[in-house]
Amino acid sequence: MKKIVQIENVGQTFDTKNGKFVALRDVNLDIREGEFVTLIGHSGCGKSTLLNLIAGLTKPSSGSMLCDGREIAGPGPERAVVFQNHSLLPWLTCYDNVYLGVERVFGGKEGKARLKERTHAAMALVGLSHAEIKYPHEISGGMKQRVGIARALAMEPKILLMDEPFGALDALTRANLQDELMKIMAATGATTVMVTHDVDEAVLLSDRVVMLTNGPAATIGEILDVKLEHPRNRLALANDPHFVECRAAILEFLYQKQLKKAA
Amino acid sequence: MTTMTMTGDAAMASPQDAPLRPPAPGAAFSHDTQAPLAAPQPGLAASSSTNADAEWLRKVFKAILPPILGLALLIGIWYVGTAGADARIPGPGKTWEAAVALFSDPFYREGPNDQGIGWNVLASLQRVAIGFGIAAAVGIPLGFLIGRFATLSAMVNPIISLLRPVSPLAWLPIGLLVFQRADPAATWTIFICSIWPMILNTAQGVSRVPQDYLNVARVLNLSEWKIFTKILFPSVLPYMLTGIRLSIGTAWLVIVAAEMLTGGVGIGFWVWDEWNNLKVEHIIIAIFVIGIVGLILEQCLVLLAKRFTYETR
Repeated sequence: MKKIVQIENVGQTFDTKNGKFVALRDVNLDIREGEFVTLIGHSGCGKSTLLNLIAGLTKPSSGSMLCDGREIAGPGPERAVVFQNHSLLPWLTCYDNVYLGVERVFGGKEGKARLKERTHAAMALVGLSHAEIKYPHEISGGMKQRVGIARALAMEPKILLMDEPFGALDALTRANLQDELMKIMAATGATTVMVTHDVDEAVLLSDRVVMLTNGPAATIGEILDVKLEHPRNRLALANDPHFVECRAAILEFLYQKQLKKAA
Repeated sequence: MTTMTMTGDAAMASPQDAPLRPPAPGAAFSHDTQAPLAAPQPGLAASSSTNADAEWLRKVFKAILPPILGLALLIGIWYVGTAGADARIPGPGKTWEAAVALFSDPFYREGPNDQGIGWNVLASLQRVAIGFGIAAAVGIPLGFLIGRFATLSAMVNPIISLLRPVSPLAWLPIGLLVFQRADPAATWTIFICSIWPMILNTAQGVSRVPQDYLNVARVLNLSEWKIFTKILFPSVLPYMLTGIRLSIGTAWLVIVAAEMLTGGVGIGFWVWDEWNNLKVEHIIIAIFVIGIVGLILEQCLVLLAKRFTYETR
């Protein structure tokens, strides 16, 4: 299958007051077209750092990163990001927030009517057609995150990058959004990399779970293939032997091999 | 597309999703569970509406009573303090009579040095508007630049820190020297005193644009113009308006002093003139007028600032 993102020997070092801090080292990872990859690890292990590198928001200190065969030189709409705190612009309506991205990506080659159509379609995809005229502060946290997803998907990115998108939500809303996300993924087939610290979420959504070792100088510890058919149903999976096995493997990695010392 | 849709429109949009009220009979029933079931319905409805009226009246009283009491206390102290026969400061009664006479004809003109109080206030407001307008035209863009470029900020900050605390009146001779005339010198003083809050607040606003929004701009790959209109400007606007509010306040403070020294028409000059005429009650009236105009200016800008403040979460 076609490789969308290739990460080779990537390391990331930050300059701090106390000298150099090695956040990531020797990261090698290929992300194939249409797959859903989650990055999981203890907090501070550099999962978001890795995502930011793929997004191009930061540049690696060493190694090379390719997207669709070309060097990642900076952020761009073909690698759309869903931010942890939604990052919707509070002075624009939900519709205008999504339109901003659509206009930028397709404005050059398509008419206004088509751009509007795209925006409406994206809002409909996340089930928020009724909230288009609302401002971000008028809707719930889960809805904001869905608008964030709509904004990212409306740009038709090659890859969707999600940085703990459901981290700030309560358990029920989170489960709802996971189901929602699975439907969206089934409908669009978007390649996705998602950062999470939720083991169930990782197994439920992913084709592959990339487990990172503890920082500093974190790297990929193990990669787990989740061989479960799509579409998945959370209730049916609860007793599925492979699901339980995957879950156990991740838990073992996180809590035995990479047990974080009490901070 | 709509470029600058702000929160005001949101207020119009929200009623659509307001929760539906439960049907009236149920509401009336749940409203007063202790009432016997046989209680006549019309009576119930009437009593609940008077209750609502009483509640409303209580709220109004709570809101306006304390300020009225405070004002009454001030006038009371003023009255007692000026009650003696040899008091130099006129009491409230005398001042009120003078004010009635004064405001019955605020817009008369009898020569350049004898004009109605209305003209004087307008002349001062005009000076403030010109001086402040130029200050805004220079200060706000400068603030944006300082906020955006760290080197410029490091260059200009010591100068600002040095000049900002200088008393407005110290600038007046420079203005007189450069412009050779009193009127532009007063405007210049307003300009130089009201420019600092706008520069500083705008710059602070720019440096405080949330990194999240800038990241959005980078991921969407927005053009510089879009970044300015969609991200920078809206997020700096509340800071800018704070700067404008402080500036207008300063300008209105300074104008009185500047006009006292430069003469001509204006509320400051008028105060000085009335002092020379020994019409102390007019000076007290002027103090009230200056205060009220300042209050109105401030409130207008507070309202404006409210309009453009967004809940970020």
